[in-house]
Amino acid sequence: MTMTLKDILALVDGELLTPEMDLGIECPEIFASDLMSDVLTFIKPGSVLLTGLVNSHAVRTACLTDVTAIVFVQGKRPDMKVVDEARERNLPVISTGLSMFEACSRLARSFPERTR
Amino acid sequence: MRKGASFQQDFLIRGGDFSGAGRVSCEIKDLLKELGLSSQVVRRVAIAAYEAEMNVIMYAREARFDLVITPQKVRIIVEDRGPGIENVDLAMQEGYSTATEEMRELGFGAGMGLPNIKKNSDRFRIISEPDRGTRLEMTILTNGQGLK
Repeated sequence: MTMTLKDILALVDGELLTPEMDLGIECPEIFASDLMSDVLTFIKPGSVLLTGLVNSHAVRTACLTDVTAIVFVQGKRPDMKVVDEARERNLPVISTGLSMFEACSRLARSFPERTR
Repeated sequence: MRKGASFQQDFLIRGGDFSGAGRVSCEIKDLLKELGLSSQVVRRVAIAAYEAEMNVIMYAREARFDLVITPQKVRIIVEDRGPGIENVDLAMQEGYSTATEEMRELGFGAGMGLPNIKKNSDRFRIISEPDRGTRLEMTILTNGQGLK
């Protein structure tokens, strides 16, 4: 069974900053990077993006590469206008207090059991 | 601006407009989706356009994006006025970058831009003249899945 956004939200103890969005969407891939150049080059469509970059470039890069949702790590919260832009583009965004390493570890521990 | 079975639109991008970065590419992506092109084609065009848009914003004074969509292809020609590229072969190498610290803090400038445009294009051409500007031509074939 593929992990859903609801599972990811629970695993990272996250807060959904776009509450009206559907949490049932499937998330078959995870990609973690602060470097948008790498996201543009390597991310697969449908991935969830974990990043510490909270500006509008993260949202626009995510939209252009068909990202399913963004998880902002390390307790970082984007400005309201960045969240609004994500909402306009129908992109769920989550904020977690976990570090990038801890968030990735938790997801990696849970991912194989559910997807394989 | 329809003319027969082709669609053409120009977009202007200002150098240094970091807050507006990506708007033109998002607009192009929405347009292609609206025209019913396949998600794979839309994604390749969107990524190539965004890399080119970021290059203009980071390095040039201004540029014109000329987008043409036909049943066979999507083509974008980017002509900028700016410092040009001294050594195009070097700029095409992955990881080569002249980006400033500020650009890197925004998550860009890793030296992947031009190689990534090439990777996402079926045809790619670049001509640059130092102190004048750069002309990029990128074509993505749609295998008949383009404009109907």
